[in-house]
Amino acid sequence: MAKYILKRFVQVIPTLFFVILTVFLIMKLIPGDPAMVLLGPQARAEDIVRFRQQLGLDKPILVQFVIYLKRVLTGDLGRSLIYRQDVLTLILERLPTTVTLSLSALFIALVIGIPLGIVAAMKHNSFVDLLVTILALIGISIPIFWFGMILIIVFSLKLGWLPAVGLGDISKGLWDVVSHFILPSLALGILSTGTIARFTRSSMLEVLNQDYIRTAYAKGLKKTLILYRHALKNALIPVITVIGLQLGNLLAGAVLTETVFALPGLGKLMVDGIFRRDYMLVQGEVLFTAIVYIFVNLMVDIIYAFINPKIRQLYRSV
Amino acid sequence: MKFLNKQVIFGLVIICVNIFSAIFAPIIATHPVDDMDFLNIFAKPNEGGHILGTDDYGRDIFSRLVYGSRVSLMVGIVAVSIGALIGTFLGVISGYFGGFVDALIMRFVDALLSFPYVLLAIAMMAVLGAGLFNAMLAIGIVMVPSFARVMRSAVMNIKNEEFVLAARSMGASDLWIIFQHILPNITPVLIVYASLNFAGAVISEATLSFLGLGIQPPTPSWGSMLSEAKNYLQTAPHMAIFPGLAILITCLGFNILGDGLRDLLDPRLKK
Repeated sequence: MAKYILKRFVQVIPTLFFVILTVFLIMKLIPGDPAMVLLGPQARAEDIVRFRQQLGLDKPILVQFVIYLKRVLTGDLGRSLIYRQDVLTLILERLPTTVTLSLSALFIALVIGIPLGIVAAMKHNSFVDLLVTILALIGISIPIFWFGMILIIVFSLKLGWLPAVGLGDISKGLWDVVSHFILPSLALGILSTGTIARFTRSSMLEVLNQDYIRTAYAKGLKKTLILYRHALKNALIPVITVIGLQLGNLLAGAVLTETVFALPGLGKLMVDGIFRRDYMLVQGEVLFTAIVYIFVNLMVDIIYAFINPKIRQLYRSV
Repeated sequence: MKFLNKQVIFGLVIICVNIFSAIFAPIIATHPVDDMDFLNIFAKPNEGGHILGTDDYGRDIFSRLVYGSRVSLMVGIVAVSIGALIGTFLGVISGYFGGFVDALIMRFVDALLSFPYVLLAIAMMAVLGAGLFNAMLAIGIVMVPSFARVMRSAVMNIKNEEFVLAARSMGASDLWIIFQHILPNITPVLIVYASLNFAGAVISEATLSFLGLGIQPPTPSWGSMLSEAKNYLQTAPHMAIFPGLAILITCLGFNILGDGLRDLLDPRLKK
């Protein structure tokens, strides 16, 4: 097992390298002089020259990349021009909001998506199956920002049940904070709910068609026992991989949800950065999210190996 | 109708309505697309001769939706073409030749896939600048790695089949084998994947335009209509409802078509 974990960690290194290279190259695409763009139109000529030297922009591109790589590896993602702060500090400040939002969206997706998928598979080709299939299709076809707007119109403007925008105030009690997260999490969660429901359904269907399920039935075992002990356990193993992929998408989807619900998270920070041409901030955030995404998937792979007996077996002897 | 299942037909109907409204937009639209009816600003649906009402400038929402389908379809077609062409090219080379080329291409594909899809598109738009052309380019490029991945595994699945080996043993060149044997056999996978990605492209365009990074006003696009609508959720909720429905129905059409085609063309992927 230790060998497997080590192997996966080693595999991450080239991916990380290419990710940093990609972010570096994307920023090279900015038309014009990056120093001028980064400093903004009010910059004085001598500042631009100094800035170019600071960033090493006067050196060959390969050297520039090495400088960038060194900075990133020491945790220096640059300084934001509009906030006049370290990009990493800014990110870490806003991270809790985005993480809370993403995790509660994931929670909603799991609580709704997995049971729906299971029920649909168990009642294959029935009305329930059709209904779940259609709902899941809508889930993956709906723009999450639009769904968020509809939720605001219905639950906050028409019914007045839940607050529409902003972060709650903890001094007004826990409910105030929680209630501000309900609609954004629902909006963000719907895409993953659809994906997870579809995947659970097909994974469950596949398992239900296996020989060992037929054998279990032939042995005269109770249906509920077969479903829980034999089918579900095996069907949910591949779902774990999808959950990992979803978490990355949720982090990115937070950009939209935070815009609609005016939540001060990573997404809001990025959109502000883009519109105010704070490229250092955008670059830092993109890289940060990608790295988080890579490590989330690494974690999922390792958890997967722990749960999946096949992989565990493979690495047991060594 | 053995070759068409219900899903495929249903998806095709939705898509045809879309294509129809894009082509005949000037005839279908009830009002000129940028005409501002100042007496009927924020008209509710069915008020002042506007079927779906008007927006904050008094422009007819139905007409703008009809014209908006042009943008959506164009972005879908161009972006998916970019993604499919480059992706297939890389995937075929990678899958067919293997070795060092494969390793190099796949490492790069892995790296691009490590970015959440939306994030990469947003980052590209931040650099390229807003606009229709850049949106199509960014969405297309973002699609390349997943196309490459899928096409590569499709090629690997068939490159050791007996008919390919037979062709090679008879002295066929790599180019001949790729064009005569590999490409025709991976086309079904390509079609299914392209259809599913079309839905993704439509949503991505809406997303970018919603954030203000995609299509710029006054060009009517569903995403930019939603972007304007978000400021008037209280006073004019109809401004938000209809463009979103248009996106939802269009994406639903392509997803249903993709699912149906997959069942039809690639029985192995069924379930």
